[in-house]
Amino acid sequence: MNTIKELYAYRQMIFSLVKKDLRGRYKGSVLGFLWTFINPLFQLIVYTMVFSFILKSNIERYYLYLFVALIPWIFFSSSITVGAASVVAQKDLVKKIYFPRMVIPISYVTSCFVNMLLCFIVIFAVIIITGVGVNFVALLTLPIIMVVEYILALGMALLTSAVTVYFRDLEHILGIISMAWMYMTPIMYDKSIIPEKLQPVFNINPMTHVIECYRTVLYNKALPDLSSLLSALGLGMLFLLIGCLVFNKLQKHFAEEL
Amino acid sequence: MIQNETAIEVNNITKNFKVYLDKGAQLKERLLFRKRNKYELRQVLKGISFTVKKGEAIGLIGHNGCGKSTTLKLLTRIMYPDTGTIKMNGRVSSLIELGAGFHPDMSGRENIYTNAAIFGLTKKEIDARLNDIVDFSELEEFIDNPVRTYSSGMYMRLAFSVAINVDADILLIDEILAVGDANFQAKCFNKLKEIKANGTTIVIVSHSLGQIEQICDRSIWIHEGLIRAEGPPKETDLEYLDFMGQKLQENTRKELAKKAAEKAEEKPAEVSGTEQHEDPEDAEAAKRWGSGKARIKKITAYTSDGAEQRVFRTGEDIIFKIDYTVKEKVSDAVIGIGVFNLSGTQCYGTNTRIDKLPEFELTKSGTAEITLSDVHLLAGEYLLDFAIETGDGIPVDYYRQAYKIEMITPTGDVGIARIDHNWNI
Repeated sequence: MNTIKELYAYRQMIFSLVKKDLRGRYKGSVLGFLWTFINPLFQLIVYTMVFSFILKSNIERYYLYLFVALIPWIFFSSSITVGAASVVAQKDLVKKIYFPRMVIPISYVTSCFVNMLLCFIVIFAVIIITGVGVNFVALLTLPIIMVVEYILALGMALLTSAVTVYFRDLEHILGIISMAWMYMTPIMYDKSIIPEKLQPVFNINPMTHVIECYRTVLYNKALPDLSSLLSALGLGMLFLLIGCLVFNKLQKHFAEEL
Repeated sequence: MIQNETAIEVNNITKNFKVYLDKGAQLKERLLFRKRNKYELRQVLKGISFTVKKGEAIGLIGHNGCGKSTTLKLLTRIMYPDTGTIKMNGRVSSLIELGAGFHPDMSGRENIYTNAAIFGLTKKEIDARLNDIVDFSELEEFIDNPVRTYSSGMYMRLAFSVAINVDADILLIDEILAVGDANFQAKCFNKLKEIKANGTTIVIVSHSLGQIEQICDRSIWIHEGLIRAEGPPKETDLEYLDFMGQKLQENTRKELAKKAAEKAEEKPAEVSGTEQHEDPEDAEAAKRWGSGKARIKKITAYTSDGAEQRVFRTGEDIIFKIDYTVKEKVSDAVIGIGVFNLSGTQCYGTNTRIDKLPEFELTKSGTAEITLSDVHLLAGEYLLDFAIETGDGIPVDYYRQAYKIEMITPTGDVGIARIDHNWNI
């Protein structure tokens, strides 16, 4: 409870770190902030080319099918991999000044989140231009899905960023884990092709539910499955709780370890 | 509030540091070289307790590595004690690291926001303080320029202005009053006094005892992880200086003993019994020259109450005894002394001729004595030359850097020597 109160008091710091991160990301490049949009757009173009001409998929509008899942996935995976290094990256601050340490992973995940939101502008532009259209009622659930994913990503980032301080290899190990995790989540393929035996494994993966929800809303233009959403939320809360507990325990010796 | 009176309550805190002999942070290293994970546990704080009342200013003093900076870090919660508790009532601001989170490409104004946010201020609070901060930093014209265009002095001024305008209830300071030029330093110092007058609790770690004496109500002397003394700065600081002085002497003595031992080893045994053996300093031949008719055998320094010492406080008397041996009669002898600081500047020099002492001759071994009264030399080490010459200036035994003393100064004045002065304002 105290932690939340304190984090609230430091909201300006979170805000300014997010701003700094977003502004600094494309610092010095000619197009600057435009890259936030150009990057996903070109990614989309490449996928469209590949999956329309080379790897033909029998899923209709595969590029969109993939894209609405990939953007949320990128948010999640960068939250855990790069987020893992966030505390180490800010070691000068951590070693020399007091602030609630959670501010660092929180602002990192938030800046990834904002980045995802900006990418969604591209998604919507594509949906509208290609004439796929949207289901406005279903769209109202989108913020909820995003919040659930945010909780999940934050939980993971708290966990990984704290452990990385003591064990730097984790950062690299997470690169592999996140790749494996991506293939263990129905992002490039449909959940229906997963063998029966493996279904339970996919079901305990919270990202399966999250990605399914995104896809239902944006690709199928339908309301997401409530049970999917709830299990994702449940798992997300669990992750966040574990993340907070571990982070709080480990943060006491950050200054000495860094 | 019930504990309105207490701002800081430190209860028997201890802190250990693991000093890794060779640390492996990687998996491979952790698994393969288990032996490398050996570490020594160094106990930096061994149980410190103190309370600070609201509005009180205390100074933490002690030599390097005694644990005073660690204590301050524990107070800011950058680190946590292994055992014991710390209670802080109110908002804490620390002037330990100035300019944390400054971004060189952002303007001064933007950096004020970033930096103040790190101290836990909200946007509204920063808005309200912005003018004060800019005014205090004296950087109005440059405030919208990127910080990378600032000189280091301007940078520190901005950083200090933010930190000092946080309006904390408790202010923790580590050696910072070395910001900017003399004018700005004075301004900071006055601001600090103003802040204190407004009821802010202040904890300072400083080597400058002068500053502590000016601001603090109480000094806490931490020695080897424990509180050794605590009380009004004037008394505690003196106690501390005294202790440091003694320690220095011990070190010098040890050093001398070591040197002597080395020399004894160097000298082959067969030379023993010769006159050289009685005069171990002879190896320093390069530092002395002269006809050798008489030689300075030994120099010792004393305080006015007769204690042999190498460390003196500014304003004390210093007495030198010069033991000499005479091989051949030196008529019309002159004995002199020269005082040099470590950069080689002569601070003082005189001899028996300059002082118009009646002519004398050295016929047999004896001791000369000179009392320097009220020595105003300021803190630092000083090398002394001693010499025996003849009246026409021919050296009999000129001994360069024959002796080393150290001066300690409880006040903060700077330079080579104090000039007595009076202010009239």
